[in-house]
Amino acid sequence: MSSHSASGAIDHHHDATTSTGIPNKKLFMWTFLASDCMFFGALISMHVIYRIHPPAGSPDPRTIFSIELTSFSTFILLMSSLLMALAVNAIQKGNLRSTRNNLLGTIFFGLIFLACQVYEFQHFVHDRNLTLSSSIFGSTFYTLTGTHGCHVAIGVLWLVLMYIRTFKPADADKSRKPWFIMSVVHLIVFTVATLLGVYVTVDFGHQLQTPGFGIGAFLSGHLIPLIGLAASLAGLIFLGRGKGPVDFGEANAMDVESMGLYWHFVDIVWIIIFPVVYLLEYI
Amino acid sequence: MQAIVKSDFIGKDTAASAERPFIFTRPTAKTGLISWLTTVDHKKVGLLYGISSLFFFLVGGFEALLIRLQLAVPNNTLLSAQTYNELFTMHGTTMIFLAVMPLSAAFFNYIMPLQIGARDVAFPRLNGFAFWVFLAGAIILNVGWFVKSGSPDVGWFGYAPLTSKAYSNEFAADMSTDLWVLGLQVLGVSSVIGSLNFIVTIINLRAPGMTMMRLPVFTWMTLITAFLIVLSFPAITIALIALMMDRSFGANFFEVSNGGLPILWQHLFWIFGHPEVYILILPAMGIVSEILPTFSRKPLFGYPIIVFSGAVIGLLGFGVWSHHMFTTGMGTVATAAFSLATMAIAVPTGVKIFNWIGTLWGGQLQMRTPMMFALGFVWMFMMGGFSGIMHAAAPADSQQQDSYFVVAHFHYVLIGGSIFALLAGIQYWFPLIFGRKVSEMWGKLSFWVIFVGFNVTFFPMHFLGLNGMPRRTFTYDGNMGWNSANFIATVGAMILGIGIAVYFAVMVYTYFKGEKVGRDPWGARTLEWSIPNPPPEYNFAVTPTVHARDAFWYEKHHQAEIATEKELHAKEEESHGGIHMPSQSWFPIITATGMLAGGLFFANHNFLGAIAAGVVVFIGVYLWAWEGPGGYHLHLDKDGNTIEPKDGHGHH
Repeated sequence: MSSHSASGAIDHHHDATTSTGIPNKKLFMWTFLASDCMFFGALISMHVIYRIHPPAGSPDPRTIFSIELTSFSTFILLMSSLLMALAVNAIQKGNLRSTRNNLLGTIFFGLIFLACQVYEFQHFVHDRNLTLSSSIFGSTFYTLTGTHGCHVAIGVLWLVLMYIRTFKPADADKSRKPWFIMSVVHLIVFTVATLLGVYVTVDFGHQLQTPGFGIGAFLSGHLIPLIGLAASLAGLIFLGRGKGPVDFGEANAMDVESMGLYWHFVDIVWIIIFPVVYLLEYI
Repeated sequence: MQAIVKSDFIGKDTAASAERPFIFTRPTAKTGLISWLTTVDHKKVGLLYGISSLFFFLVGGFEALLIRLQLAVPNNTLLSAQTYNELFTMHGTTMIFLAVMPLSAAFFNYIMPLQIGARDVAFPRLNGFAFWVFLAGAIILNVGWFVKSGSPDVGWFGYAPLTSKAYSNEFAADMSTDLWVLGLQVLGVSSVIGSLNFIVTIINLRAPGMTMMRLPVFTWMTLITAFLIVLSFPAITIALIALMMDRSFGANFFEVSNGGLPILWQHLFWIFGHPEVYILILPAMGIVSEILPTFSRKPLFGYPIIVFSGAVIGLLGFGVWSHHMFTTGMGTVATAAFSLATMAIAVPTGVKIFNWIGTLWGGQLQMRTPMMFALGFVWMFMMGGFSGIMHAAAPADSQQQDSYFVVAHFHYVLIGGSIFALLAGIQYWFPLIFGRKVSEMWGKLSFWVIFVGFNVTFFPMHFLGLNGMPRRTFTYDGNMGWNSANFIATVGAMILGIGIAVYFAVMVYTYFKGEKVGRDPWGARTLEWSIPNPPPEYNFAVTPTVHARDAFWYEKHHQAEIATEKELHAKEEESHGGIHMPSQSWFPIITATGMLAGGLFFANHNFLGAIAAGVVVFIGVYLWAWEGPGGYHLHLDKDGNTIEPKDGHGHH
C-alpha cells in the first residue's frame, strides 16, 4: 500500500496503489491542464478573431508594444521552466538543498516575468493610452495577457508555499513547536519582499527613462521601501537556514512534479501567446 | 525516515493528530450537523447533491407552473412581462444547472464508486468542496428573488447585447445580470472540480479485475460526461469572464458601439452549450442502461457498442454547436457542415436505442416502477430525438427557430429523457440507499400521472410552434389560433405538477414507512448491490475482485470461489493496517463560503469585499493543504461491525 518498489527505492513513474500505475495527483493535473487548454484556446481565439476583424479606429499594436522587453521576459519565463525541471529532478533524487535553490530560482524568474508585465501594463496605460475600454484591442489584450499573468502569479504563490513547506520539521506533528506560525511568518516575509522588490524594480524602470535621472536621487527617494526590502530579504535568509531533519523529501516528489506540470503548461501557453499576440504583428 | 515514506492517500492515524494545533483537529462526528458539514464520504456528498437538486427541481417546476398559468389564456395579466422574463430565465438556468446536472452528480457520487468497487473518490475533500461550491453558485443565482434588483432576466443563454450594461440597466438599476454571470462561473468551478475527481477515480480507483471494458455503463457515461464538462466549461467561463470585464471594468468584448461582436458570444456559449445537452442526457442513458438489463433478466445487449456510441456522442457533441445558430447567417458552407454533423449524431444515438430494444427483446420483462420510467425514457427520448432531426435540416430549422416547436423538442429530451431516467434512477437505487422500497401501486400511479401530464403539456407545443407561436413572449393575442393548445398545455402542466407531487410524497412516505427490503431486492448485476443497505461508511468490507462484466452476477453464481477469495483478501488488508478511511475536514466548506461571499460582493461591484473574500478562499486552501489528507483505519469483526481503532496500529 505504499509507493515503494521491492528494492526500497521510490519509483517516481509508477504508483502501485492505483489501477493504472499513474499517481492520482499527476492524472488530476494532466486532466486539469486539458481543461485549461480549452480555457486559453477560447481566450486566444477571441483575441485573434478581434484582431482579424478590427473595428475602425483600432490602434496599430506595433505603435504600442515594446517588443524588446517582452522578448526578454519571454526568455526569462522559458528559462524558469528549466529551473523548475531541475527542481523536480533534484527532489526525485532526494537532494533537498538543490530543490530549494531551484525553487527559489524559478520563483525569482517568475517574478521577473511578472514585474515586466506590471511595467508593461503601466507603460501601455499611461504612455500609450491603451486601456481596457479604449478599444477592442485593449480589452482582448489585457484580458488575455492578464489572465495568463494571473496563472503565473498563482504558480509563483504555489512555488513559494512549496518552498516554505520544505522547512517543515520532521517532528512537527508530534511536538508543540510553532511550525504553523513559522510557516505563516515565512509567507508574510516572502510576500513583503516580493511586493517591495517588484515595486522598486518597476519604479526604477520608469525613472530610468525620465530625463535627469540620478541613482542617488532614486535611492534617497525610495529609502523606506529599500530598507524594508533589505530587511525582508535578511529575514528570508534567516528563515531559510536549514537546521534539523525535515518532513520533506523524495516522497514529496509528486507534489513538486504536479506543480512543475502546471508551471510548464503556463510557460507553454506564453510560448503560444508571444508569437500570436506580439510577433505576428511584425510580419 | 518513517515520516517520508507515506504516499498521498495513506495518512496518519487520528491519534497522531490529537496533538496538533486546535484548528487542525479533524472533526470526527459521524452523525448530526457537523458530520454533514465536514463530510468527505462520497455517499453523504451524493445525498447532499440529491437533496439540494431535488429542492431546486421543485423551485424550477414551480416557476414553470407560473409560466404555464400566465400562458393559459390570451392577454393574461397574471404576471408582468418583467416577472415573466425572470421566470423563464430562472426556470431554464435552475433546471439545467441546479436540478438535472447536480442530480446526475448525486448519482455519480453515490453510485459510481460503489460500481467500481472503490471505498471513496480519489480526492475526498475536493469532492465535498465541489458540493459546497455548487451550493454557493446556486445561492448566488437565486439571491435575486430576495433583493431589489430582481432575478436574472436575460434568458439562460444570456445573449449579447441583452446582457450589456446599457441595455440591462434600462429596466432596473440591476445587478441581476451580474448575479447570473457570477453564479454560473462559481457553478462552473464546482462542475469542473467534481468532474476532475470523477475522472481520476474511474481511471485509477477501480477494484482489481475491473478493466475499463468491464465498467458498468453508468460508470462509463459518468466518465464521458466528466470529460465533456472538463472540456466544454472553459468556453463559457471565458465568455462569462469577457462579459464580466465588460460589465464591471468597461471592456468592449460585446459592446457593439465599440466594435464588439455579439455573434461571438453565441459561438462561445454554444461551444459550451451543445456539449452541455449531452452532459444532461448521457448520465440518463447510463442509468437506463443499468435498469433495462436488470428488469429484462438479460445482460445488456451490445455493451461495447453502447459504450463507444456514448463516446462518439460526446466527441461529435463538440462539432455541432452552430446548429443553434442557423438563422444568424453563417453562410452556406458552415450551415451545411453543421447540419450534416448534427444529423450524424443521430446515428450513435439511434444505435443506443436499438441496443436497448435488443436488451428487452426476448427478456423476461419485470414491469417494476423503475422499469416503467426507463421504458418511458426510451419512448419519450426517441420522440424528442425525431423532432431534433427535424431541426438538423437547416431550412426547416429556419422556420422552427425560436418557436414553441423547439420548446416541445427540448422538453421531450430533457423531461422525457433526462428527468424520466433520473426519476427511474431514484426509484431503482432507493432500496440501496435507504433500505426501503416504494410500493408498486403508488410508484406506478406517479409514473402514469407524470407520463400523461408530460405529454398533454408538451405535445400540443409542436403544433403551437408550427403555427408560429414564438418562445419567450409573456402573452399573445386571442385571434392567433393558439388558444386551445395553450390551454391544454396548461392543464397538462397541472397534471404533471400533480404527478411530481405524488412522486415526492411517495418518496417521503417510503423513507419513513416504506417496505423494508434486504440486500439486492431487484436481483441486480452490478457491485453496488453486493453490499448491505444502507451501505456502511467503508462501502466494501473487503475490496472485491472482479471476474466478469456483470461482476455481482458472477459473485452470486460463484459463491464458494468468492467466499474463499474474500477471506484471503480480508486477511491481507488487515495485515496492511485495515480499511483506510479519509478524515473529515472543515476547510472545503470554509473555502466555498469564501467563494460565496466573493461572488456576492463582486456582483455588487464591491471589489474590496471581493478581495477580502478572496483572502478567505486563500486561507481556506492554505489550511486545507496544511492539515494534509489525514485518514485513519477501521477494523471489522466477522459481522462487519467496526472495532474501535487502536493507537499506533495504523502507522506505515
